[in-house]
Amino acid sequence: MAVYKRTYSSYTGPLTDPRTRFLVLPRYSYERLFQSRFLTGFLVACFFFPLGCTGYIYLINNLSMLASIGIPALDILKIDSGFFRVFMNFQGVLAYILTALIGPSLIAPDLANNALPTYFSRPFSRTEYVVGKLSVLFILLSIITWVPGVILFFLQVSQAGSGWLSNNWFILRAIMLGFTAWILILSLLSVALSAWVKWKVVAGALILGVFGIGAGLASIINSILRTDYGSMIDISRIMYTIWSDQLNIEASTGLEPFEAWVGFIAVCIVCLLMLERKIRPKEIVR
Amino acid sequence: MSTAPDAVIQLDNLSVQLGSRLILNKLQVELKGRTIGLLGPNGAGKSTLINTLLGFYAPSSGTARVFGHDVHKDTRYIRSLIGYMPENDSFIADMTAVTFIRMMGELSGLPPETALERAHECLFYVGLGEARYRKLGTYSLGMKQLAKLAQAIVHGPKLVILDEPTNGLDPPARRRMLKMIHEMRDNAGMRIVLCSHLLRDVEDTCEEVIILKGGAIVHYADLEAERSANKRFVELETVGDDEGFATAMEGLGATCAMAGKGRWKMVLPAEFSFRELFRVAGEKDLELRRLNYRKDTLEDIFFKAMNQ
Repeated sequence: MAVYKRTYSSYTGPLTDPRTRFLVLPRYSYERLFQSRFLTGFLVACFFFPLGCTGYIYLINNLSMLASIGIPALDILKIDSGFFRVFMNFQGVLAYILTALIGPSLIAPDLANNALPTYFSRPFSRTEYVVGKLSVLFILLSIITWVPGVILFFLQVSQAGSGWLSNNWFILRAIMLGFTAWILILSLLSVALSAWVKWKVVAGALILGVFGIGAGLASIINSILRTDYGSMIDISRIMYTIWSDQLNIEASTGLEPFEAWVGFIAVCIVCLLMLERKIRPKEIVR
Repeated sequence: MSTAPDAVIQLDNLSVQLGSRLILNKLQVELKGRTIGLLGPNGAGKSTLINTLLGFYAPSSGTARVFGHDVHKDTRYIRSLIGYMPENDSFIADMTAVTFIRMMGELSGLPPETALERAHECLFYVGLGEARYRKLGTYSLGMKQLAKLAQAIVHGPKLVILDEPTNGLDPPARRRMLKMIHEMRDNAGMRIVLCSHLLRDVEDTCEEVIILKGGAIVHYADLEAERSANKRFVELETVGDDEGFATAMEGLGATCAMAGKGRWKMVLPAEFSFRELFRVAGEKDLELRRLNYRKDTLEDIFFKAMNQ
């Protein structure tokens, strides 16, 4: 029978698994996000650098080919933790820009349109909502960060052999852990700020600005109190310290890795508290 | 309070405090009707009660049960049984109606294809079939009301909570909304909680009504029982010595109350014949000047409750 001829009936069919229901949100979010050509173009552009790195790894591991086109084989041309730190920094910045583009449109419209009661009047919890919104960013940022990083790592392993793997296995850990931490902090900051601000443009500006504000405040605290602990609120310095530590490279940020992790956890907790306060079906006016 | 299996909503000394304000104060009622009306002036606690039933607010004391399940302990299960049509706009303006309602269906647990199918069905059912691919932000107020109803019923809930469903509707749309409420109740077997300022809407659709004032239940009316009791309410004006008139009428099964000198209000039993009334008046040599046949409307009940 045609849909328009049917009358209303109750539903008695099967239901989806509640544990995977949060994945409904990313699906609909992507449908909306990729209506923007700019965003789609930017996402494609995010793969240019990993593609270049792929070629670079191939060439470095095939120096005879370089020699054949007249380029001398130099010692500095090698694939090591330094190479992957450059890769992580570059893709990390792209992930940051992508977050500023996508993040504000995740929660702010729901709050601006007062849509939360409609979500939460269903068998769908606040935690699932936040996890669903975070997974929008987590999936997208993974595609441009650790996924190509891991591919590059194994490309290098396939080219250089198992000897290189046994000496550099920590790089794989650094890529996975470093990028996961970066994605987590970006996602949390993004959804927390967009939940508090509601206006997409302002939320986007705040996401971009929070790093600058943090760095500025950190410098002020460090100068006034003559300490380095102020850097614990400078998110970019925190992440650089964590990445460098994971890659066994000296960071020279004034922060110890432990302090950087403490700063990281503190930022995450603050974001979660912000979300806990704002993501409610009804705002309680006391 | 024991858990009655056929009760839709049971409130057992339910109190809800938000911050330092006590919004609901020891509500105690058991509602079994197919359509339950929720009335009260602004700030009476109607929305707080709805939000508590949905698990948005936790009771500060007492319990609230929906279909026998504690709203605070079995929130997720209860939400799977409930459809909620909020009073205010509550959707994403730049989404098409069909996409939004499909998403809401999926969040309620419908598989994607089923959710899509039911989103189309529901939109046709509420009368938005031709506008289902339009963005919700472009809808008129009346269309938004219908879209909100569609999202509330897409997953086939057992209980639908409608918060001011006829707000902003023109008379034909209002009639259609009330007709749909009747249909959902009678054909789909849904239980409905209707919160409205329009007493006529509540009177037309509801079987049970509770009236809230200052966070407390000031009146409970079983409209369906009153309708089926078929009692007749009359107002009389008499001239003469009416001593013994009330006693004689009560002997015939009527309930009498004096409303002033020579003015009486009576509730007559179902099988009472007016001939008997005239006979008693004749025996007492009483002159009947006026006889009005009337019944308390919901509006009367409401205003009486407000004056308590």
